[in-house]
Amino acid sequence: MYHKEKSIPIKSSASALYNNLSVLRIAPRCLTYFTVVHANVVNMVSASWDGLNYSHRQLQSKEGNVATSSSLIMQAAWCVLPSRDLLVLTSQKGIQMYESDGSIMVYWHALDTPETPTAKAVFAQGISAVREKHICVGVSSGSVLVFDVPSKGSNITLSEVLEEHKEAITDMASECSGSLECIADLVSADDSGLLCVWKSGEDFQLLNKIPGFDTSCSSVKLWKGTVIAGYGTGQIRLYEAVTGILHAEVNAHARWIYSLDIAPFTGLIEHMYNECVTDTQICGAKFCDGDGYAFAVTGYDLSEIIRYTQA
Amino acid sequence: MSTRTLPLLFINLGGEMLYILDQRLRAQNIPADKAKKVMNDIITTMFNKKFLEELFKPQELYSKKALRTVFDRLAHASIMRLNQASMDKLYDLMTMAFKYQVLLCPRPKDILLVSFNHMDAIRDFVKDTPSILSQVDETNKQLIEVSIFLKDKVQNSNGRFVLPTSGPVPYGTHTPGLMRMFSCSGEEVRRMQFRDGGNYNAALREGSFEMYGDRVIKLGTNMYSVSRPVETHMSGTSKNSSQHTKVNTTPNPLAKEELNLLARLMGGLEVQKPAGTDSGFRVNLFATDEEEEEALISRPDELSYEVLNIQATKDKQTNAELAKIMGEFGETGEPSPSSSSKGDDLLAMMDGL
Repeated sequence: MYHKEKSIPIKSSASALYNNLSVLRIAPRCLTYFTVVHANVVNMVSASWDGLNYSHRQLQSKEGNVATSSSLIMQAAWCVLPSRDLLVLTSQKGIQMYESDGSIMVYWHALDTPETPTAKAVFAQGISAVREKHICVGVSSGSVLVFDVPSKGSNITLSEVLEEHKEAITDMASECSGSLECIADLVSADDSGLLCVWKSGEDFQLLNKIPGFDTSCSSVKLWKGTVIAGYGTGQIRLYEAVTGILHAEVNAHARWIYSLDIAPFTGLIEHMYNECVTDTQICGAKFCDGDGYAFAVTGYDLSEIIRYTQA
Repeated sequence: MSTRTLPLLFINLGGEMLYILDQRLRAQNIPADKAKKVMNDIITTMFNKKFLEELFKPQELYSKKALRTVFDRLAHASIMRLNQASMDKLYDLMTMAFKYQVLLCPRPKDILLVSFNHMDAIRDFVKDTPSILSQVDETNKQLIEVSIFLKDKVQNSNGRFVLPTSGPVPYGTHTPGLMRMFSCSGEEVRRMQFRDGGNYNAALREGSFEMYGDRVIKLGTNMYSVSRPVETHMSGTSKNSSQHTKVNTTPNPLAKEELNLLARLMGGLEVQKPAGTDSGFRVNLFATDEEEEEALISRPDELSYEVLNIQATKDKQTNAELAKIMGEFGETGEPSPSSSSKGDDLLAMMDGL
């Protein structure tokens, strides 16, 4: 089964945020890009597939208004569209989209912040590319912002705002099997555990709402019409996206789930392997390839990306 | 993430500070009446109405440095004096203890229970002084109203904590290891077990979020006792923990704004001057004066307040005021009880900002 490989060091440790690891596989160059958020910095690492060679880069959050740029980053994720790859950052101030190497910021969207601070913090969290040209981002108010992304250039526009969630969005995921037969394209999750299932298009259409059960849904995936959701109770639940029928429930963890991932080409949802990273609060976990050959893990306060591969 | 993190941070760190001071006051055989006065004065200052009103307003967290300044002032709110090395050590112990408690919290909501444990202990410290007790109770009521989860943490560079993989799971969580499959009509059709790699038991009952009650959780209770005193020996990580702290010296564009916030906060901090008859005394967080002296010498320069390099802009008048404040912060010597006027000037000036 899996065994631990040499870790990849990162410049600064991972913050305790949901889904605090994003992975982009660059097949032509046999490279994997990783991003891990630390406070207001994004650690970027490009590593060879064996993990032995790597180079670092740090992205400081460059926000619209430089004078107030100390805001914390909530998530960094690569969005893969058929025409281009973008690196999307969400923070307490807004949403930034960069070219995939982090070199050029192509778009900046500021969040509405109230003049006088209220008890509820403002931030964006939950990032997903959907089908041909959309990138969806969640906001603490519960809104889901849909951006229309052209095949090149910076003419990105906010095309729609979806208002179905009442609590802060935690995570979003689009269909990852590549199958075009599935009706549901996107699932959004919030702090109350509510899941909304969407069909994309010129206008997004709500297909179903799957109620929560008093605990936050921190991480979600959508695979061949099945929603896989991880919760604060440590449970993983599998729902049929369109009908909301619960197919399986796993008492998986003894603590809050921070991250969940699926290897789309394995065709299985099965308990394969477990491993305890001693004395580490896991905050990011991602498969490095579609076949689930390798996966990577980050932990709060830990300045490394831990890798596992199949023997 | 919440904009109500600051009061929780303040109460919990303040609670830890009181535990440590209480233990040190006993260990150094400070007369009971003086020790009582110190505890009462600090608690009175901590729970000052005006101060707490500012604290409970929704706001961002302060920088580490600004928060440290608040606690420096608080520790010197009475007739007790700490030198820089002892203050460093006190702050290291406080922050490490609370970080441990946050990290070990089974659920986000349990941070409230940790805070209640601190509040319960503080109430116990002042149980004989009804006026202070009612002041503390007022804050407890406010705290009960705060039910926003805390998801972000202060980051320090301490060592790693041991995280258990056994014992009871958090309230609301099932012990891991079970998979259940359901049919379309919702009937359970299959059940599978797997090994979870830990050794967990069922959850305990939920702690009480009321004014009085069993919090169940032990995090946030007083760890220091006669049999387990504050670690005064310098060893391994504790010796170096302050040295390892990387202090960010790049100019912070928010420094000015933060100073203003701090001034507003401190405006509420009424610091009691030692009265003529009351002679002050010094508390040492180390085993001997020699060790304290040594720690003071090896104290890294960047920990001194002189690194407050504020590039104040434009407004000349503000600039001059800030320069004055910076000058005051630059004082590194041990404040002796007889010359407490420096600190009072600073407060007066901050009030005037």
